Amino acid sequence: MKRAARYIIFYAALFGLWTLLAELKIWPPYLFPTPWGVGEALYAGFADHSYWIAIRVSMERVLIGYAISVVLGMILGLGVASNKFLEETMGGLLVSLQSLPSICWWPLALLWFGLNQNAILFVVIMGSLLSVTLAMEDGRKQMPKIFGQAGRNLGAKGFKLFWYVLLPASLPFIVSGLKQGWAFAWRSLITAEMLYLSLGLGQVLMMGRDLNDMSAVIAVMILIIAIGYIVDGVVFKGMERHLQNRWGLTPAT
Amino acid sequence: MSTSAHNVPAQFPIPVEPSAPVRADNRGKFGPVSVGRAVRPVSPEIPKVGLSNISLSYRAQSGERLLALDNINLQVRAGEFVCIVGPSGCGKSTLLHLIAGLHSQTSGQILVDGNPIQGPGTDRILIFQEHGLFPWLTVGQNVEFGMKMKGVPKAEREEKIRYYLRLVHLAKFEKSYIHQLSGGMRQRVAIARALATEPDVLLMDEPFAALDAQTRDLLHDELERIWSETGRTIIFVTHNVREAIRLGDRVVLLTFRPGRVKNEFPVELPRPRHLEDPNVARAAREILDELREEINRSLEAEYSAGVKPHIEPGVEA
Repeated sequence: MKRAARYIIFYAALFGLWTLLAELKIWPPYLFPTPWGVGEALYAGFADHSYWIAIRVSMERVLIGYAISVVLGMILGLGVASNKFLEETMGGLLVSLQSLPSICWWPLALLWFGLNQNAILFVVIMGSLLSVTLAMEDGRKQMPKIFGQAGRNLGAKGFKLFWYVLLPASLPFIVSGLKQGWAFAWRSLITAEMLYLSLGLGQVLMMGRDLNDMSAVIAVMILIIAIGYIVDGVVFKGMERHLQNRWGLTPAT
Repeated sequence: MSTSAHNVPAQFPIPVEPSAPVRADNRGKFGPVSVGRAVRPVSPEIPKVGLSNISLSYRAQSGERLLALDNINLQVRAGEFVCIVGPSGCGKSTLLHLIAGLHSQTSGQILVDGNPIQGPGTDRILIFQEHGLFPWLTVGQNVEFGMKMKGVPKAEREEKIRYYLRLVHLAKFEKSYIHQLSGGMRQRVAIARALATEPDVLLMDEPFAALDAQTRDLLHDELERIWSETGRTIIFVTHNVREAIRLGDRVVLLTFRPGRVKNEFPVELPRPRHLEDPNVARAAREILDELREEINRSLEAEYSAGVKPHIEPGVEA
C-alpha cells in the first residue's frame, strides 16, 4: 500500500510540475504542450485508428524480428558454448560486435535489401541477436552439468536433449538476456522506422515532427515507452516469476 | 491395504500406502518380483555387467597424462548388489559414469549381458549424488521423463508414475516441484525416476552421502526393499564402508589413484542388516584396515610436506 502511495505522489508531482511549466507559458505551446494537449493527441490518434495501425505494424515487425533472433541466437549461443573452437573464435567477435549500435547496420541493410520491410527486420535482428546469443552461451555454461548428464542418462539425445533438457535448464540463466534482447529489438525497430517512413510508431513519431505537432510527438513517445514497459513488466516479469516458483529461487530484489 | 489402488492393473503388486511406516515386517507383503519387465539373466554364465581391463587416463592441466583407473576387472551377476568403496579420488564415481556410458574409457571393454555398451542407454540408469532431478518439472513429470524419451504411451506412463511414486512412498507429491521436497524425498524421486525407465542395472553414485543419518537409514531400508522387490542389479558407490556392508552382497575396494581393484569382500550376513549391528561393524573393520592404507596414501599425496594428520577412516562409517 505504501508503495502505491509513493507512486501516486511521485506521478502527481511530475504531472503537476509539467502542468505548471506549461501554464506559465515560458515556451510557446507548440514547443511545450500541456498534459491535456498530449491527452487529446492520444485520443485523436486512437480515434482515427492511425495509432492502432502503427502499433499493429510495429508489433508485427518486432515480434517477427525478435522471434528470428531468439531462434538464431539460441542455436548460435549453444554452438559457441559447446564448441571450443567456435568459442575462441566467434565468441570474441560477438562481444566486439556488441559495441556496434544496431542502426549502423541500416546503410548495409538498405543496400542489401532495398528500402523495405526486410531491411527493418534485419536491423531489428542485428539489434537483439547478439544479446540473445551471448545470454544463451552464458546460460549454457552456467547451467549445472548434471542436467545434461541426467538427460542423456535417461535416454534423451539430439533435439530431444536440447528441447526437453538443455533449453529449460538454461532458461533461468538466459531470461535476463532474452529481456535485454527484447529491449534492443524494440529500440532498433523504432529507430529504423524513424528513418524508413512507412507506417509504424517510428513513422508516426516523425510525422509529429514534420507537422510541428509537439503534442503528437510526446503522445507517441508515451506509447513507445508504454509498450516497451508492458512487455517487460508483463511478459518477462511473468516469466521470471514463473521460473522462480518452479525452481524455488528467491526473487532477486 | 486400502482400496484406493483400484486403478492399478493387476500385474503390478500394490505397494504400501505412502503414509504407512516403513517397517521390516512390511517386507513379506509384496510377493514375487513382477515390477514391469521381468529381469532375467540372459544366461547364468554371462554376467549382467562385465568390466574387462578398464583403464582411463586424462590430460591434466599441467599437460601430463594422469591415470585415473588402471586395468579394472569386475563381473556383476544379474540381481546382485555390489558396493564399490574407496578413498576420494580413487575414481569410483568415474567408473560409474563409464558404465552409464556418459564418458568413454581409454581402453578396455564394458559389457552388459555380454554386449559392449554404446553410449548411454536406459538399461543402465545412474542416480547422482545430487539427485540431478529437473527443477522445471513436477515430481510426476520427472518420473515420467525417461519413459517419455523412450516413447512409452501416455496411459502407461501415467500408470507407472503412480506405481513408482507409491513404491518410494511419494504418491502424494506427484504435483509438487523438486524444491518443495526434502533431501531424502528428492533422492527417493531420483530412485523412482530411475526405476521408471525399467533399467536392468541401477548405478548409484553416493546417493545418500548428503543426507542426515536418520533419513539415510530409512532410505537404506527402502532401497533394500525396492531391490528385493524389483530384482534389479545395483552397483552402488560409497566412501562409507558400513553403508556398503549394510547394503551389498559384495564389497569391492578400490585403491587410491590410479584406481585398481584392491580386494573384494563377499558379505554373507543375513538380511535385513542394520548399520549398528556388531556383525556389520566387524565386517567393516576388515575392510577399513585395508581402506586405511589407501586413505593414508591419499593423504600423503595431499600433504606431501610430510605432515600427516591422523584421520580415523571409521568416522564416516
